[in-house]
Amino acid sequence: MIAQRFFSADRRIAVTILALLAAAIIVPLLNLAVSPQSAFYIPSYIVALVGKYLCYALLALALDLVWGYCGILSLGHGAFFALGGYAMGMYLMRQIGSRGVYGNPILPDFMVFLNYKELPWFWYGFDHFWFAALMVLAVPGLLAFVFGWFAFRSRVTGVYLSIITQAMTYALLLAFFRNDMGFGGNNGLTDFKDILGFNVQADATRSALFATSAVTLTLAVFVTAAIVRSKYGKLLMAVRDAESRTRFLGWRAENVKLFAFTVSAIMAGIAGALYVPQVGIINPGEFDPANSIEVVIWTAVGGRGTIVGPILGALLVNAGKSWFTGVLPEFWLFALGGLFVAVTLLLPKGIVGMWDGWRSQAKALRAASLGVEAGVDPDAPELKIVRSAARTPGAWSAAGAEPQPAE
Amino acid sequence: MSKSNTILYLDGVSVSFDGFRAINNLSLVLDKGEMRAIIGPNGAGKTTMMDIVTGKTRPDEGEVFFDGQVDLTRHDEAEIAMMGIGRKFQKPTVFESHSVEDNLMLALKGPRSIFPALFHRRSAAETRRIDDILGIIRLGDKRDELAANLSHGQKQWLEIGMLLAQDPKLLLVDEPVAGMTDAETEETARLLKDIARDHSVVVVEHDMHFVRELGVKVTCLHEGSVLSEGTLDFVSADERVVEVYLGR
Repeated sequence: MIAQRFFSADRRIAVTILALLAAAIIVPLLNLAVSPQSAFYIPSYIVALVGKYLCYALLALALDLVWGYCGILSLGHGAFFALGGYAMGMYLMRQIGSRGVYGNPILPDFMVFLNYKELPWFWYGFDHFWFAALMVLAVPGLLAFVFGWFAFRSRVTGVYLSIITQAMTYALLLAFFRNDMGFGGNNGLTDFKDILGFNVQADATRSALFATSAVTLTLAVFVTAAIVRSKYGKLLMAVRDAESRTRFLGWRAENVKLFAFTVSAIMAGIAGALYVPQVGIINPGEFDPANSIEVVIWTAVGGRGTIVGPILGALLVNAGKSWFTGVLPEFWLFALGGLFVAVTLLLPKGIVGMWDGWRSQAKALRAASLGVEAGVDPDAPELKIVRSAARTPGAWSAAGAEPQPAE
Repeated sequence: MSKSNTILYLDGVSVSFDGFRAINNLSLVLDKGEMRAIIGPNGAGKTTMMDIVTGKTRPDEGEVFFDGQVDLTRHDEAEIAMMGIGRKFQKPTVFESHSVEDNLMLALKGPRSIFPALFHRRSAAETRRIDDILGIIRLGDKRDELAANLSHGQKQWLEIGMLLAQDPKLLLVDEPVAGMTDAETEETARLLKDIARDHSVVVVEHDMHFVRELGVKVTCLHEGSVLSEGTLDFVSADERVVEVYLGR
C-alpha cells in the first residue's frame, strides 16, 4: 500500500522532470526556429514570462523544503531570492562598462549620479561571472546559516520564528532602500546590457535563460527528492512531527533544521539570480514582506510537503495573476487573499494533496466493492484494540497538575 | 553513600517553577541492572524527575549522576541520549508519518550528524537489528504500516522499541500501560521484564496491578520527595502512603 503510494509519487516526480526538460528544449525551439506566422510560434514575451514563473517555482520549491518537510514557516524567503538577484544584478551592472549614460568605465550610473569617487569594496570581483555566481550561493547561504544558527539554537519555533523571518526581510528592505548602502537605493539595479557577452535582450539569450531556468529547476527537483528520501529527509519530517522525540533519541534538531534552511536559502538565491536577467531589474521591492507571503500562498495552493505541489502552485497562481491583472487589475489582491482563505479552508493539503486524497479514497472504494463481490462484508468491524476508559486518574484525588509535562 | 556501581544517583535535588516546588530535596539511587517502579499521585514530581535526568530541566540545586561519574546537569538532551539514557514519554510519541520500520531506523544507535544521515545506506546488520526489535515489541507484521495507523497500545510498544534501538544503558519509561487493555498490560509487563534483564529501567506507573506484576522495588513520591521505598507490600502498608493515595 505504502510502496504503491511512493511509487506514484516517484512517477509524478519523473513526469515533472521529463516535462521540464522537454520544455527546456521545445520552448526555445518554437521561439527561435519557427517563423512568427506559424501557429506553433511562441512569442518572446511568453518565453520571458514563463521563464520568470520557473524562477518563482524554484523559490516555492525552496520554501517547501523547510515549510512542507520541516514545518518551518519562513515568511522571509523573498530575502534570499532578492540577495541572489542582487548578486547577479551587480555582475550585470559591471558588464555595462562605459556604455552607461555617464560613460564611466568602472562606476555604474547610479554611483556617478550619487557622486561616488571610487567603487565600494563590496563591488570588487563582481566583474567576473564566476565570482558573482559564487556570491549568489554564498550570500543567501551565509545569511540563512547565521540567522538559523541563532534562531534554532535558541529554540525559536512556530509563529515566533515566522515573525523574525519577516522582520529580517523587512530590515533588509529598509537597508536596501538607502542610497548610501551602495546598491542603487530605491531604483535598484537596471539597464543591463550583456550577460556572459550576450545581449540580455536578444531572443536567443532569453531562450537560453529560459532553458537554464528549466534545467536548474529540474536539478532542484532531483536534489530535493534525494534529500527528502534519504535518512536525513526522514529525520527532517520527524523533527517536524515530534521534535522532542528526536532530541531524546540523540539527534540535534537545531542542526537538522539549520541544514535544510541553508540549502533552501541557496536554492532561493539561485532562483533570484536567474530571475533578474529575465526581468531586467532588481530593486528593494523584492524584499517586500508581501512577496514572501505570496510564496507561501503558491506553496499552500500547490500542496506543501509534496515536491510537485509548490511548482504547480507557483505556475498556476502566477499565470492567474498575469491574466487577472490584465483583466481586473484592482481586484487581484482580493482574489489572491480569497484564494488563500479558500485553500486553507477547503484544500488544507493543496491541489496535489487533495488529488492524492481522492485517489486513495477511490482505491479504498474499489477495494471495498471487490471485497463485497468476494463475499467479505466491508462493514465488518475492524479488529481494534479497545482502550479501557476506566483508567482515569480519578483514583488519584490530588488535584495538582504536573508543572512540566514532557511535551 | 557511594556513587560507584550506581546507574543513577540523585542527591538533594530541588527545582521550582514560579515558586512551586516540583521537586523538593529528592534523593534516589538506582543500582546497575536494577528495575525500579515509581508511583505517586499527580503532581508528585515523577515526570519532572525524568525531565531533570534527561536534561530537559535544570535542577536549582542537588547532584544528578549517571553511571557513577557523569554529571547530568552539565549536558543537554541530545548528549544525554547519546550517553545511553532512553526515555519514553507519558503520551506515546512516535513519528506518525513514517512507517514502523523507519521509526526504528531513525532510533538505531549510530552517528547522529547530518552528513552521515544524508548519505546513509542501510546495512545488513541494521536490518537484522530492526528485525530483532520488531520481534521483541511484537510488531513484526506491521513493519510497513504508518505509525499513525497503530493502536494506542502498539504505539507504546513502538516507542519502547525505539528506546531499545538506541541501545541505552538506562530506560526511563513513563506510564507504559496507560490506555492499554488488560491483555496488553500483561504483555507489556513481560516485555519490560525481558528488557530489564540487560538494562536498568525506571518505570513510572499508576496501575497497581501492573506494578505488582513487575515485582520490583517501589519508590513512592509525594510533593517532590521520596515518601516511602521498598517492596510493593511494604510501601502499600505504609500509613503515609495510604494517606496520600487513598485518604482525602
